Amino acid sequence: MSTVAIPSSLRVHCEHHEFIEVEGGSVHAVLAAVDARFPGFRAALGDSFAVAIDGEVFQDALYEPVAPESEVHFLPALAGGI
Amino acid sequence: MSEDRKFRWVGTRPIRHDGIDKVTGRAQFGADLSLPGMIWGKLLRSPHAHARIVSIDTSAAEAIDGVLAVVTATDLPDDDPKVADLARNILAREKVLYHGHAIAAVAATSAALAERALDAITVEYEVLKPVLSLEAALASGAPILDEARRPKDMEDTGPTNIAARCEFSRGEPESAFAQADVVLERSYETQMVHQGYIEPHACVVQTKEDGLIEIWCCTQGGFAVRSLTASVLGIDTSRVKVTPSEIGGGFGGKTTVYLEPVAALLSRKSGRPVKMVMTREEVFRASGPAGGAKIDLKVGATRDGRIVAGTARMWMEAGGFPGSPVQAGAMCIFSPYDFDHLFIEGFDVVLNKPKVAAYRAPGAPQVTFAIESLMDELANELEIDPIDLRLANAAKEGTQLPYGPRFKAVGMIETLEAARAHPHYAAPLGKNQGRGMAVGFWFNNGMNSSADVHLTEDGTAVVVTGNPDIGGSRASMAIMCAEELGIDVEKVRPVVADTETAGYTDVTGGSRVTFATGWAVIEASRKIASELCIRAAKIWDCDVEQVGFSEGHCLPVEGSGLDHAPLSVADIAKQMARTGGPINGQAQLNARGAGPAFATHLCDVEVDPETGKVDVVRYTAIQDVGRAIHPSYVEGQIQGGAAQGIGWALNEEYVFDEAGRLENPGFLDYRMPVASDLPMIDAVIVEVPNPTHPYGVRGVGETPIVPPLAAVANAVMAATGVRMQSLPISPPRLLERLLGAGDV
Repeated sequence: MSTVAIPSSLRVHCEHHEFIEVEGGSVHAVLAAVDARFPGFRAALGDSFAVAIDGEVFQDALYEPVAPESEVHFLPALAGGI
Repeated sequence: MSEDRKFRWVGTRPIRHDGIDKVTGRAQFGADLSLPGMIWGKLLRSPHAHARIVSIDTSAAEAIDGVLAVVTATDLPDDDPKVADLARNILAREKVLYHGHAIAAVAATSAALAERALDAITVEYEVLKPVLSLEAALASGAPILDEARRPKDMEDTGPTNIAARCEFSRGEPESAFAQADVVLERSYETQMVHQGYIEPHACVVQTKEDGLIEIWCCTQGGFAVRSLTASVLGIDTSRVKVTPSEIGGGFGGKTTVYLEPVAALLSRKSGRPVKMVMTREEVFRASGPAGGAKIDLKVGATRDGRIVAGTARMWMEAGGFPGSPVQAGAMCIFSPYDFDHLFIEGFDVVLNKPKVAAYRAPGAPQVTFAIESLMDELANELEIDPIDLRLANAAKEGTQLPYGPRFKAVGMIETLEAARAHPHYAAPLGKNQGRGMAVGFWFNNGMNSSADVHLTEDGTAVVVTGNPDIGGSRASMAIMCAEELGIDVEKVRPVVADTETAGYTDVTGGSRVTFATGWAVIEASRKIASELCIRAAKIWDCDVEQVGFSEGHCLPVEGSGLDHAPLSVADIAKQMARTGGPINGQAQLNARGAGPAFATHLCDVEVDPETGKVDVVRYTAIQDVGRAIHPSYVEGQIQGGAAQGIGWALNEEYVFDEAGRLENPGFLDYRMPVASDLPMIDAVIVEVPNPTHPYGVRGVGETPIVPPLAAVANAVMAATGVRMQSLPISPPRLLERLLGAGDV
């Protein structure tokens, strides 16, 4: 099971859990699993987000593999200046 | 970093490949291109900061001989909610939302005629009360910029100027404050500032008979201009081709579009190529500055200097449309420090000022001014050396960030230790002088990049990428290619290509080009090296496994039993045709693992007690860059960011009158530091390699603007005993405090 950290602004959609455990395999699968358990999470997250898998940040990485022992954080998409 | 190797070119300082064109004036910038039959476009801009547009009559302008096209917002489609705000910022539709907001455009046979024709356009306004400060925007009964908008991630309590809210939390900060020996609670403010790039926005656009649009413009991202222009015009992306010119600075301000869709409409209507060039006044009034901010901050610490809890509430100006970087600011404010209990809340606030754009580490300088000012005060309160206080709480590998993930290897501690060891930190100070320090953090970014490397018959490598070269990236790309191929860096020709030549590449932004596009160049070059081995195997009539590649040569591997003299890249390039044809390498990636960067800055100021004028007399900027590919351009980025941050601290601010008219839209009245204002900024490179990147590269360009605001303010405090919690620390503001005449 992968550990998913729920962003504090989205915990209202997840019965205020800070972390939940889901079957994953990929970012896409993790998202689907969270949304199946807490319908509305995926819509609340929106389309523009980054993901950190074991501390490594990816942008637009919906199909990046997620290992069973991995910790996944969903983050706001980052923009830069130079 | 995946490998530990000795470099031949990485870390050296070759002359940049575009240097001669730049110093001889041959380089083509945004306004330099002219096409046969070209005409000029000009924009009519609002004289009001907030008004409803009742009507626009362009008939008189259209009747002028030599005027070939007039457009307004009604010429743009209005069916894509994703670009509704962008389109309305380009050409106002229902309301004007800031002084200088574009309303209509004219194209004529000369720039002067287009300018005169603007006067023939009649606009009827219903003038509304402008909202010019965060306080006014949030006040009960404040005029609302958009009655239909409801805030994101907030309870719907009716119309508001708050466009969005964000939150990050961990632990139980309020109960943790009870364990603190010292709790400081302070408010900080910064003002709207502009990036101040030398080159104004400019473009030439040609809409051809088949509807294809060709754009030449100064931009940080040709592909961004392509997609944004296509979206605003409601056409397919493939109908737009963008050729980026050389660029005279951007700092985030050239990651969006203002002129290009308008010029495309004018060109479509007139059948002519259209050039549009902003004046300096237009750049200030109607491009995207960085918004001001208000930050309420509370931090508690034990007597020995350990932070136990922190809370922050922040409001950032978005300008006329939503989109301040408050979320990034919220993510940055506590990231340098390792503590368990925190709560951060941020609000994106619209008001009647220009819509903000990115500016170097968007959101981070404002919030870092707050946290680093408070840390300085905490050090004074606890009588702990400010570097020691930061070391006691410093983020390191494994520290959990306020927004969730844990750091991999980072260099916060290393930059602090380098600062303490630097002669600057112990140097004596003179009369009326003071020393301040501050740290800064920025995420850095990866995103999408492509690279093509072509080998020519003489063994030269042509490197084609899609990132406009702002900070010396051509030289970085060339160095990385030369390193992989083992050829002289002068034998690499780096090319910045248009959107139909280069593979898709995200903007030159997020401090990502040397990291991400450079990574693609490394991968593409490695493919060439592999192909060279295949060609050598053909020449030697052996298996490819018997051929190795080292220092620019194919050579028999040890134990292969082969006895051939090594073949250089040039030797094999000469035989490309007869060994299988052209040799090209191509790579693309969505770069993961951008390594965050930390910096520590030291600043000495001297304050004139009679005038309140602050002179920065010594400045040292220390930064973890992972690996400096071309140290001169790394140092240049550090020095440039520090200079901009010093300006933000000391003098820069947008000044509006009561009606919301910008009163200082020029460099005479908007006071940026010039060379004579600043000492030599000593840039010190610290290298803690990014474990993800093949060479250990981290982004560089944004972090240097993060610490200076607080470093300067802390130095002023040390020199005068006056803690400035509102920027800028301009002479009248500081003098008022020095004279004890009131709060600033």
